[in-house]
Amino acid sequence: MFDGFTAEMLARFQFAFTVSFHIIFPAFSIGLASYLAVLNALWLRTRNETYKVLFEYWKKIFAVAFAMGVVSGIVMSYQFGTNWSVFSDKAGPVIGPLMAYEVLSAFFLEAGFLGIMLFGRERVGDKLHMLATGVVAFGTLLSATWILSVNSWMQTPVGYAINDVGQFVPEDWWAIVFNPSFPYRLVHMVLAAYLTTALVVGAVGALHLLRDRYDMASRKMFSMAMWMLIVVTPLQILAGDMHGLNTLEHQPAKVMAMEGHYDSHPDGAPLILFGIPNPEEKRIDYAIEIPKLSSLILKHDLNAPLAGLDTIPDEDEPPVAIVFWSFRVMIALGFAMLGLGIWALTQRMRGRLYHAPWLHRAALAMGPAGFVAVLAGWITTEVGRQPFTVYGVMRTSDSLSPIAAPAVAASLTAFIIVYFFVFGAGTYYLLRMMNKPVKEVADNAMHKEGPIRTAGVTQVAQYHARKKED
Amino acid sequence: MVGLELSFIWAGIIAFSVLVYVILDGFDLGIGILFPLTNDEEERSVMMNSISPVWDGNETWLVLGGGGLFAVFPLAYSIVMPALYMPIILMLLGLVFRGVAFEYRWRTERWKPLWDMGFFGGSLTAALCQGIALGALVQGIEVENRAYAGGWWDWLTPFSILCGVAVTIGYAMLGATWLNLKLEGRIQRHMRSLAWPTAIGTVICMGLVSVWTPFLDAIYFSRWFAWPTAAFSAIVPLLVLAAIAGLFFGLRREQEIGPFLCAQALFVLSFSGIGVSFYPHIVPPSLTIVEAAAPDESLWFALVGTVVLVPMILIYTAYAYWVFRGKVNPEEGYH
Repeated sequence: MFDGFTAEMLARFQFAFTVSFHIIFPAFSIGLASYLAVLNALWLRTRNETYKVLFEYWKKIFAVAFAMGVVSGIVMSYQFGTNWSVFSDKAGPVIGPLMAYEVLSAFFLEAGFLGIMLFGRERVGDKLHMLATGVVAFGTLLSATWILSVNSWMQTPVGYAINDVGQFVPEDWWAIVFNPSFPYRLVHMVLAAYLTTALVVGAVGALHLLRDRYDMASRKMFSMAMWMLIVVTPLQILAGDMHGLNTLEHQPAKVMAMEGHYDSHPDGAPLILFGIPNPEEKRIDYAIEIPKLSSLILKHDLNAPLAGLDTIPDEDEPPVAIVFWSFRVMIALGFAMLGLGIWALTQRMRGRLYHAPWLHRAALAMGPAGFVAVLAGWITTEVGRQPFTVYGVMRTSDSLSPIAAPAVAASLTAFIIVYFFVFGAGTYYLLRMMNKPVKEVADNAMHKEGPIRTAGVTQVAQYHARKKED
Repeated sequence: MVGLELSFIWAGIIAFSVLVYVILDGFDLGIGILFPLTNDEEERSVMMNSISPVWDGNETWLVLGGGGLFAVFPLAYSIVMPALYMPIILMLLGLVFRGVAFEYRWRTERWKPLWDMGFFGGSLTAALCQGIALGALVQGIEVENRAYAGGWWDWLTPFSILCGVAVTIGYAMLGATWLNLKLEGRIQRHMRSLAWPTAIGTVICMGLVSVWTPFLDAIYFSRWFAWPTAAFSAIVPLLVLAAIAGLFFGLRREQEIGPFLCAQALFVLSFSGIGVSFYPHIVPPSLTIVEAAAPDESLWFALVGTVVLVPMILIYTAYAYWVFRGKVNPEEGYH
């Protein structure tokens, strides 16, 4: 299946494949854990049944997504050793302790309290259950913090020396943890996780509004998601811009690839909107560009000179086409999210938020946009830092395990088959759960719990009142 | 000198987390291994529900074992992982199937038998591979120039297979004694009846491995039969005999907590026996704990948090078990 590929290419495919699958689940579960904590807190505060019903609905979805995140994550923690053992030996003294802290401070926290959050409300009472829910949400954020510190150190390594066997030796832990790109990357990723979740929740709300625009739970989640979108998307665009400027400072070659700047521009670089990268000729074919705008964005000066890839030795150049495209996909989706947020806000101000089927259709279509944007963003930053694992210091080709291509090919094949099967089925179950009306799920839960049934009478009355109002 | 002590503290911490993993996830995997021995849906669902709230935390100790090794013994990590490439990858894939089964089996009627098979197959594969990996490690790993120097199939030997079988049967015993503790009525009796053959199988395998190990390597032999470690190796078999006696006695008396603790004791004793054989190596026969350790700066930095966080983890893990204490209620669970 993979004849003719080197062990290095195969190991890179394998890492890209497994990490791409993995990131989908945390991107969703980080946001969803926080959303569940908010829903549960609102339920405890207001005792409004709608929040409880929504909590139970999304809790089950969270459990499935979380399980997929756990099992795909455990693979990552061993893959450093199996396929990238030289990197592990060399960089382990710096990034290993950070990852150990992720396990100790975040994974255990999430796992330890997840059971109570999912199954324990009756056993521990509302207050401790709320605490457990909050702790799970906090754990997901803490986990993101550590792993992004690791990734950022690999992008912008500081605070180390190199010893006589070639290992990175930590000298200043503060500098390592809070390395130059870390704050930007962390903010950008956490906001991305929140946006991804808001888009999914919004799409599910929209789907059920399209079927029944008077359902209170659908209205509530759609409204919450659209608020989230209009607040977070502008912040994300700002954070992304700052992250880009940080990248320009520390990894200029990556920005050159993102911008498609093969050539240097001594007096103002154009912003290339679209075009086809042509790596052989080292130019962008059919480029549609706005003169000097790139310099304005990156240097805040129309005539500022910008260096191009012609200043980078060929062997240090990242693959331009992939980075160029993935960056544009991310940006386009970001602005689409902003558009959706603005549209929803205007409909809300006109009092039509729940009566705008085209808005609902658009929100439904945008449901997966967060995942695609997250993947595109990670492809941009990871492919853009090639050919290095530790930027500027350790090459990807020097990081590989002493493994033979057939061994990697066999395991890669196994991962592809198993992942598509297992996570394909899981995604199908998730979609099926999201397709179920909230009411149906809630009725099942109420049937089990008994006494809450009495509250159902007023719910029905309210529902008809809403319908009459219209 | 300080560095020397630090690396030994860390070796102890890593060994501790692997041991906790075996103690906690051993019975989880054992339940998966026992899964096909019943076709009854009610039995299967209470078996799984007895660990649903805790399995994820249990598995996290494995991540700590791997992640901790990466952090403080990066050289050992970078040698062991390529050396055990195939069993590790298969274990990971097994854990994927085992882990998702906890959620998936409740989400579908049509494919439920398939995810049940996945739960069984995944647990079995993970257990076998863990045993095989252990056996391959005990056997010794060839190292040259800070890297694995052996072949792709070096891990596959009669001894490693025996270890794989031993761990699998042992986990099944842990699973059966756990279910004897957590369940009631007909299904409890069924599980108690399964505890007998798995316990007998475990004892036989333990005996075979113990007799074989000293002859793998002269160092192991001298460690077990030379003074002063011989004193220790004289005590371990006595304790093992006591645990075996307690296990069978408890099963006969239809006790619940006793057999489970004795079964766990067998694992703890085997584990400490392996520790005696290994010391002072981390990857036998040539890589020592001191050689494999990361620089002191790394060891210190990681240690500060570990001494605070691990006790906290133990406390809230114990709390989670306490919350879900007692017999499993067949009506409970969110499914």
